Amino acid sequence: MKSLAELDKLREEIQREMALREKKEGIKVVVSMGTCGIAAGARDVIAVLLEEISRRNLQDVVLTQTGCAGLCHCEPLVQVEGPGGEKVTYGHVDEQKAREIVAAHLVNGQVIKEWTVKEEGERV
Amino acid sequence: MRLYRAHVLVCAGAGCISSGCQAVKNALLENIERLGLQQEVKVVETGCMGPCDLGPVIVVYPEGVFYRQLKPSDAVEIAEEHLLKGRVVRHLLYQPAESATPATTFEQIDFFKKQTRIALRNTGIINPESVEEYIARDGYRALGKALSEMTPAQVLECIKRSGLRGRGGAGFPTGLKWEFTARAPGDTKYVVCNADEGDPGAFMDRSIIEGDPHTVLEGMAICGYAIGARQGYVYVRAEYPLAVERLELAIARARRYGLLGDNIFGTDFSFDVEIRVGAGAFVCGEETALLASIEGRRGEPRPRPPFPAVQGLWGKPTVINNVETWANVPPIILNGADWFASIGTEKSKGTKVFALAGKVNNTGLVEVPMGTTLREIIYEIGGGIPGGKQFKAVQTGGPSGGCIPASHLDVPVDYESLTGLGAIMGSGGMIVLDETTCMVDLARFFLEFVQDESCGKCSPCRIGTRRMLEILERIIKGQGRDGDIELLEELGRNIKSSALCGLGQTAPNPVLSTIRHFRAEYAAHIYDKKCPAGVCKDLIVYTISEEKCNGCGRCALVCPARAIVGEKKKAHRIDVEKCIRCGTCMEKCKFMAIYTM
Repeated sequence: MKSLAELDKLREEIQREMALREKKEGIKVVVSMGTCGIAAGARDVIAVLLEEISRRNLQDVVLTQTGCAGLCHCEPLVQVEGPGGEKVTYGHVDEQKAREIVAAHLVNGQVIKEWTVKEEGERV
Repeated sequence: MRLYRAHVLVCAGAGCISSGCQAVKNALLENIERLGLQQEVKVVETGCMGPCDLGPVIVVYPEGVFYRQLKPSDAVEIAEEHLLKGRVVRHLLYQPAESATPATTFEQIDFFKKQTRIALRNTGIINPESVEEYIARDGYRALGKALSEMTPAQVLECIKRSGLRGRGGAGFPTGLKWEFTARAPGDTKYVVCNADEGDPGAFMDRSIIEGDPHTVLEGMAICGYAIGARQGYVYVRAEYPLAVERLELAIARARRYGLLGDNIFGTDFSFDVEIRVGAGAFVCGEETALLASIEGRRGEPRPRPPFPAVQGLWGKPTVINNVETWANVPPIILNGADWFASIGTEKSKGTKVFALAGKVNNTGLVEVPMGTTLREIIYEIGGGIPGGKQFKAVQTGGPSGGCIPASHLDVPVDYESLTGLGAIMGSGGMIVLDETTCMVDLARFFLEFVQDESCGKCSPCRIGTRRMLEILERIIKGQGRDGDIELLEELGRNIKSSALCGLGQTAPNPVLSTIRHFRAEYAAHIYDKKCPAGVCKDLIVYTISEEKCNGCGRCALVCPARAIVGEKKKAHRIDVEKCIRCGTCMEKCKFMAIYTM
């Protein structure tokens, strides 16, 4: 450690890993992991999401999971919750779609409308 | 580096270790692997989170869900339900006494809500074995800031202006202490951390070292820069093996990053720290005895002056501070003196860590701003007295401290107010006593401790406390005499004024403060031969109420001395001569027919 700048660089690097433990305003990505979700492939989806978020070095994105959302026929479900509380729910997400959601929605803020589902479970 | 979607923090403080956190952690790891989650969920061992009576405890992030009193078998459910499926396992949550719904996250629990954490800012949040996690929480930034932006004089000034006072006992201004050493002549100076925590009921120093060892090292290095020292020592008792181990690891890792050693942050400042393990004698917490022990001599105090600031380790100027004091230094440098001085009271700045123990619902480690009242600590954070019992007193400061009765519960806690009540802040042990505690017996306990631990160098401490103990033992046996209270007071005053070191000078405090606030209880023992709290065996008589007793015979059955006689279905009675006063009969009686008088 030769300078304060060097320390700060290391600090920021590790802070990213530990960001999970701080309560921060940011985007929350929630994957439904009920029995139905897991059966439909939610495990693979969450793994891909984690990999993408990590690879792209996305700050302030929290990836977490929840139980069955009652839309079992639309599983796997991924809900993206913005800092303002607005929610977008994607249905029938597979690995490919997961990657695109990260690129379009999390990185560029573009909602991919054709994959979203309404609360009643119908396609929009 | 890889990202995880969940961090499971397992408390590995001393309390949770003894309640079996290791088995819980292993079970969690096993189940995480079984479910194939090891790439997504990280398990981190932390230092003491605080609520020791709820252990083993874990916190699951990002939600911050707090689980308590876990058994290894609970790990299956947490892994399958929460970590895999995202469903909070409700029956493992904390259930506040007064609320119908359990608290999901730890922020919802009163115990955490009312605290302000400065010294404990990282304890229970980071992995104490990872210097990286300490760095992520702004660790070593204060040292970097001091070295690259401040002169030693500016560092001194900052600590002085912050109003930080020693957290080990008397509360001497820390900045002033450093200044004395900085100004003392000589090129070789030392920095010492006193981690010889010996007070019964105190465990905050241990928890800080076990939970956040780097903060102590960083604080010491900052002081080294301020006073011109290049060598530091941590004196820690051998009874704290985990603290020693984590400290060793922390020193090694800090050295590897160049945060200890030569030319820190590329400057010409060099500083290193070594550990000295003490044998755990209470007197070695006294600074001059501690220094003697580091030098390899017998841990005995010497008269002061000269103070260690001028003539300390190997005769060189030495700053010696307590663990908690060191933990406060980095945040002060980082956030400024004004920030620290804005917390607390007029004369006592910042926060104080207390080890809350005894007859209180939530025991554990708490950090509150100076000026918080005892009532807030005991009732709002501690959750009050268990079993519907009455609060009687709180003992602070260990054997050097004293008891504060219920009438002073609203006193704001700071150095001066506690001293005014005959107690002290001390290192921060806080033992809550309820109506079933006998104050004479309590005073005897602390005096017995001092007797055992007295180094014996000076006669007031060696012989004086022995005489006091003998009187107390007599009183407890029912052989108290008129004038005993006055004799205790006189002896106490004399020991206070003539003992060699701080420990001897404060040894009579538990007796003097209990006499001051509970004189009637002493009088009851001496003149009425009664123990109002029903503790002193020789002074209590068990009696069976004729009205309440229905003659079930249960008491007679369990009496080991066969002292209870009576016909079936008729009132029984106790033969006082035979009774050994074990209390078993009272415990077993279902009709509350047996009482003491």
